[in-house]
Amino acid sequence: MMNHDPDSKTACFDIREDENGSLAFFFRGRLDISTAPQCLSRLSSLVKSRKPPKLLIIDLGDVTRMDDYGAMVILRLIQGLSPGPDGFRLENAGENHGRILSLVDFGQPECSVPSRVQDNIIVQLGESTIKSLKGALFFIEFIGAMVFACARAIKSPGSFRVNDTIRHMQNTGVHALPVVGLISFLLGLIMAFMSSLQLSQFGANLYVASLVGLAMVSELGPIMTAIIVAGRSGSAYAAEISSMKISEEVDALYVMGFDPNLFLVLPRMIAAMVVVPLLTVFSCIFAVAGGLAIGVFFLDLSIGAYIAQTIESLTIFELCWGLSKSLIFAILIALTGCLRGFQARGGADSVGNAATSAVVTSIFLIILFDSVFAVIRSYW
Amino acid sequence: MGDKEIIRVEKLTVRYGDDTILSDISFSVRQKEIFIIVGGSGSGKTSLMRHMVGLETPAAGRVYIGGQEISASGPEMATEPLRRIGVLFQGSALLGSMTVAENVALPIEGFSGLESDAVASMVNIKLTLVGLECYGAYLPSEISGGMKKRAGLARAMALNPDILFLDEPSAGLDPVTASEIDNLILHINKTLETTIIIVTHDLDSIFALGQKAIMLDKESKGIIAEGSPAHMRDHNPDPAVRRFFSRKPA
Ligand SMILES: Nc1ncnc2c1ncn2[C@@H]1O[C@H](COP(=O)(O)OP(=O)(O)OP(=O)(O)O)[C@@H](O)[C@H]1O
Ligand SMILES: [Mg+2]
Repeated sequence: MMNHDPDSKTACFDIREDENGSLAFFFRGRLDISTAPQCLSRLSSLVKSRKPPKLLIIDLGDVTRMDDYGAMVILRLIQGLSPGPDGFRLENAGENHGRILSLVDFGQPECSVPSRVQDNIIVQLGESTIKSLKGALFFIEFIGAMVFACARAIKSPGSFRVNDTIRHMQNTGVHALPVVGLISFLLGLIMAFMSSLQLSQFGANLYVASLVGLAMVSELGPIMTAIIVAGRSGSAYAAEISSMKISEEVDALYVMGFDPNLFLVLPRMIAAMVVVPLLTVFSCIFAVAGGLAIGVFFLDLSIGAYIAQTIESLTIFELCWGLSKSLIFAILIALTGCLRGFQARGGADSVGNAATSAVVTSIFLIILFDSVFAVIRSYW
Repeated sequence: MGDKEIIRVEKLTVRYGDDTILSDISFSVRQKEIFIIVGGSGSGKTSLMRHMVGLETPAAGRVYIGGQEISASGPEMATEPLRRIGVLFQGSALLGSMTVAENVALPIEGFSGLESDAVASMVNIKLTLVGLECYGAYLPSEISGGMKKRAGLARAMALNPDILFLDEPSAGLDPVTASEIDNLILHINKTLETTIIIVTHDLDSIFALGQKAIMLDKESKGIIAEGSPAHMRDHNPDPAVRRFFSRKPA
């Protein structure tokens, strides 16, 4: 702030002390937002070195301009000196200054303020455990509600929002194609190159094709696609729904008689269920193309032989296995995205939190379910 | 009133895309005045206010505040004059991740140069002014719509600005609180000599506060009446204006 009076020893007021124990402050000049910082800094050094006077006199006769910042200075003067039995007296406060001082409540407000103190670590641990259990319960409830929403949509197909679904398919699927394609192509390239380093020692270059094809179709294709879609669209679902939630749009839908699950979640879920398996197919094709590039340019394989070997190594079962995994992943992504959105409350930061936790949760669930699939398969 | 003019709007045209909302309007606001902008819903009151504080670039025309052109080059030039302005938005615009007290403390901490305990006292004073002394620790999402309005008002006047822009300060408030807010506005205007520009539909406030008003109209895209509200109600040649101020349907 601008320093009007560089000499902070004389700023704002003069002091006079009486033998009978009273202390008088004569304020002068401006006593407002522009001078409050200096006045306060002079006051605070004065107040510290002084014991409470019997009577505190505050004279405002020479104050030219005063606002509530000035009133605050006086308030802090009174609080800081906590004057004795006779208290304090305001003198020469004109009508205007008096009106401003009347705004300031010299007592402390009596209110019950909600406490936001940090609990100790055991309470925190317990609370966060309860919170995650509740979250899990909410998730199960949510899945139940979705089943009912699906049933209702089947019973009255008119209530299903086809246009929204198509729009979500475009956003989740078509717009993700370039990034899924590029990443998968590079992944195929890397896998083929790294495995060829080993396989070429045995003259088994052709098996690079089987390796890339099999790994992509049964494992990496579904997982990579799901992770990309979770990062792109799971977070978007959570952000869209949470911002609708905090601005009461979801409540508005509800009281208009729409089921928010049917209105908001089902289109996103159906869209994801359609496009994620398709993206997975594309992902596998691009990865095989990446492997093919290595095979043809570095390993001297012919295009025909590479493709034939790829097809040879794959079975219909493998293909269906991969696709059904990606279908499950799609449901997980859409559900967690929407669920995190619905859980949001508060202000703008909860939108960010919803998006973050949607991505983290869905990637975790994708990996978890993939492991479950692996276990199931090993006991098949 | 012989005070000098503090805001001048010169041949301002407000346009969104091909939609002209206001065309070629001019007026000026004098220092220490309470200036009321009225008009039907959608007549462009909020848009006009956004142009007057430099949030929006005019399609044509200029806005001067204290002799300085605010409409010239968008928000980045304007930070210096902006500190002399307080704005209450129609939707309050409190920062949702901070408590009410932190919202009010934000400008005080940033620009007043006070120590943190003095800031806290000041926040308390400001919240007491709007009757929210007990709600400082609440988040905006935890208080009612009218309370948000009042918290927004406390934040707008945190630094005792020279000019206060208030977009419907009493919308969503009960009549008693609304008239308390009117009294507060009058008080700020009188004791701190703040120039206040108010957008409002509330006839009680208009007549309680009104020294000067302009009325915007959707059809003619401009000012259809100006003067004191009581005069407009009783003597304006346009029956639509008289109806507006006496609350009679067509
Ligand atoms: N960002 C924008 N883009 C396009 N049109 C807009 C935009 N903001 C406002 N408008 C249009 O400008 C017109 C005036 O809007 P404005 O918000 O200024 O009305 P208002 O007079 O404040 O109404 P109310 O009393 O309902 O708040 C409206 O027709 C609105 O559609
Ligand atoms: Mg408006």
